[in-house]
Amino acid sequence: MIAGISIYEILTVTSIIFFIGVYGFITRKNLISILISTELILNASVVNFVVINKYLYPTLLEGVFFSIFIIAVAAAETALAVAIIINLYRQISSVEVKETEIMKY
Amino acid sequence: MEKIIFYILAFIIVAFAIASVSSRKMLRSVIYLLFVLVGIAGIYFLIDYNFLAAIQLTVYAGGIIVLIIFSVLLVHHIEMELEIAKPIKQIVTALLCLIGLGVFLYTIYNHPFQPVENYTTTTVNEIGKGLLSYEKGGFVLPFEVISVLLLAAMVGAIVIAKGTKLFDKK
Repeated sequence: MIAGISIYEILTVTSIIFFIGVYGFITRKNLISILISTELILNASVVNFVVINKYLYPTLLEGVFFSIFIIAVAAAETALAVAIIINLYRQISSVEVKETEIMKY
Repeated sequence: MEKIIFYILAFIIVAFAIASVSSRKMLRSVIYLLFVLVGIAGIYFLIDYNFLAAIQLTVYAGGIIVLIIFSVLLVHHIEMELEIAKPIKQIVTALLCLIGLGVFLYTIYNHPFQPVENYTTTTVNEIGKGLLSYEKGGFVLPFEVISVLLLAAMVGAIVIAKGTKLFDKK
């Protein structure tokens, strides 16, 4: 744990990151920007897992394992999302949300 | 000392996260996200999870950011400015997010956490043994499932990014 820093302060920072991510997710109009906001949200949750593990149950390692799994899933998700965005750009020459109207081509 | 470093890191993370969701240039927004991720890796270093910080730096800063930058360069003109939402929608969303943040913080500060004083360092040895043990509390099954998931995602990404040509041949 960090000397002089309580768990509340770190959880405050992660909550702020989470809601910045939610804000970006709702207000941005571009698929790649939405992907970036999703990364922010995922990162906030990963830090929460790690911090709660370190401060409350330092002898166990479950939080570390879960965060490793979350990072792996986030990597897979990003790769798929980028593939979908590039394919979509080939079909309709745009990555704006309002122009993606049909799910199947 | 650690206190000051943590506050600097927290400031960097929050400032660049806000910049990342409000910048109108696509590429800059990705680079701000990179700074946020590096700051989070710094927090992992501060709480002595060195392996996790290394994962964060390699997978996020090394892999995901490069992937997003590539996709930005493939689909965008760099000079193009992003369209932003209407001001009224921005204000309403910001208010809703602030209310949600208030609820979160109220709940967090009212919960009596009982932290255990400790300054132990977790070694990679322990993490590896925990991940691959098949005894009680071991994580070998999720580990294998994640590896299959990564393989499936890789194949799926290749098939999707290859486009329609794959199906036109028959």
